[in-house]
Amino acid sequence: MSDRLSVRKTYKLYVGGKFPRSESGRSYEVTDAKGGFLANAALASRKDARDAVQAARKALPEWSAATAYNRGQVLYRVAELLEGRRGQFVAEVAAGEGLTTRKAEAAVDAATDRWVWYAGWADKIMQVQGSANPVAGPYFDFSIPEPTGVVAVLAPQGSSLLGLVSVVAPVIVAGNTCVVLASERAPLPAVTLSEVLATSDLPGGVVNLLTGRVAEVAPWLASHMDVNAIDLVGAGSDQAIDLEVAAADNLKRVLRPTDEDWASEPGLHRMLAFLETKTVWHPIGV
Amino acid sequence: MTTTAPLQVERISEVTASDASLRGFLHGLPGVDQVGAEARVATMSSRSIKTTAKQWAIDLAISMIDLTTLEGQDTPGKVRALCAKAMRPDPSDPSVPRVAAICVYSDLVAVAAHELRGSGVKVASVATAFPSGRASMAVKLQDTRDAVAAGADEIDMVIDRGAFLSGRYLEVYDEILAVKEACGHAHLKVILETGELGTYDNVRRASWLAMLAGGDFIKTSTGKVSPAATLPVTMIMLEAVRDFRDSTGRQIGVKPAGGIRSSKDAIKHLVVVNETAGDDWLDPDWFRLGASSLLNDLLMQRTKIATGRYSGPDYFTLD
Repeated sequence: MSDRLSVRKTYKLYVGGKFPRSESGRSYEVTDAKGGFLANAALASRKDARDAVQAARKALPEWSAATAYNRGQVLYRVAELLEGRRGQFVAEVAAGEGLTTRKAEAAVDAATDRWVWYAGWADKIMQVQGSANPVAGPYFDFSIPEPTGVVAVLAPQGSSLLGLVSVVAPVIVAGNTCVVLASERAPLPAVTLSEVLATSDLPGGVVNLLTGRVAEVAPWLASHMDVNAIDLVGAGSDQAIDLEVAAADNLKRVLRPTDEDWASEPGLHRMLAFLETKTVWHPIGV
Repeated sequence: MTTTAPLQVERISEVTASDASLRGFLHGLPGVDQVGAEARVATMSSRSIKTTAKQWAIDLAISMIDLTTLEGQDTPGKVRALCAKAMRPDPSDPSVPRVAAICVYSDLVAVAAHELRGSGVKVASVATAFPSGRASMAVKLQDTRDAVAAGADEIDMVIDRGAFLSGRYLEVYDEILAVKEACGHAHLKVILETGELGTYDNVRRASWLAMLAGGDFIKTSTGKVSPAATLPVTMIMLEAVRDFRDSTGRQIGVKPAGGIRSSKDAIKHLVVVNETAGDDWLDPDWFRLGASSLLNDLLMQRTKIATGRYSGPDYFTLD
């Protein structure tokens, strides 16, 4: 039956656990690597970015106060759903990045594994990064890593799923909430990831996903006074400097863009970039 | 569009002479077209207010706020902090106008009056067994007198919704009349608690009842019942004050309260005021916004316009 009309999709944003249209009413065409039409994606405006930051801020107290064990379980559950959508992700990654099916399968599997890997860190990062410190006084002195707060993430442009997972998972596993701007050219895996997150146990607002232009939205996220940190990996090197300058106004933590090989072992640095160490001096014997 | 026949001043005493005549008058008011009212506010709230108009609207909205704290946990310290904020909403920016009034429970009026002396910010006090209005007449009147004696410039009274809903209009009328007398020089705002009135027709009737009885302001809600101030309700009350002025020549103020949290909501209300009652009401003497968290959002929007970047709640006081 080849005479069936395919359903053409116009995707929406993912903000605060809901799927709103862009406040601007705009959308843009997403094409495959050869220029063929794939779907329409919402073209986020600065007000969508503002709403997303508000949603992330609202979700922060609950998510950062959840036990590490609970956060881990929620993230494992997300991995289960990622696995369940494998076929869809493979098709979208293959079309968007112009990969063969085999290579796309490898990327999707790596992304799921990456999510599981980060989920495992939820209840371990504190032991590894925290410490009890020897001090010369009647104090019990310890240092613990705490989430930074609301993190803006400019997702990698090239690796639309593996790269995305590799930057989002480390942010939320530690208890931060985030506003993610998906890959401009290949946003569909990100849209599908938002559908996965919406049907998982992840509280609404922990991950907010925008699709649109980096040049339009990123400056508003970088200068936003209620964003505590920004990951610039998806910004071009020419944009990154301006964004870093804008981010300085409220002393955001900035993770500068580097050439990453998303397929290699990630290490801890992305998690540590969005953790702040709190040291407590607790008097003994009073 | 006038919704009522002109009401001559000499007819007021006729209308309010007995329960039957009052009921006849209130039930003779034209019914509210619910679908039409909601569609009309929906059109008005899609107005785009930008740049200089927005700046103007934000400052006007700030100057119309009745900065409110009505919690069991209120302390003199909290009221003092709120008074400081009322006089100087953004300590880093002296160009921000002060708010219209502080609204507190009657036992904290003295604290607020002391803090605000000479500042031009009024002290409003809720009274008459707020928020339920369920107490004896003597208690309600004493509550009002206490607040006025402690220095309140404005009294926010609640009507007896039980009496209103069971059709004992004259009882409600007499009560407002008595409280108005107890107020002396203080302005009287009459809270209709529209969330409990059920229909828009009742909102219109209660508005007229409160105006006939001599209220200086009609106010939507206590803020303790949901839904509180909604745009259609505010519009209906604005129609009522407009028609009342047309009939009697006396201008009454309107105060939506509760549930107005964002600048966008506040600006929508201002649009409705301008389009329904007219710009005579675009003044803190005639239109107020009962709110607490709204002020911070207005300040954030103001900062956004001034600096070109979005601000955050970290940079404003918590209250």
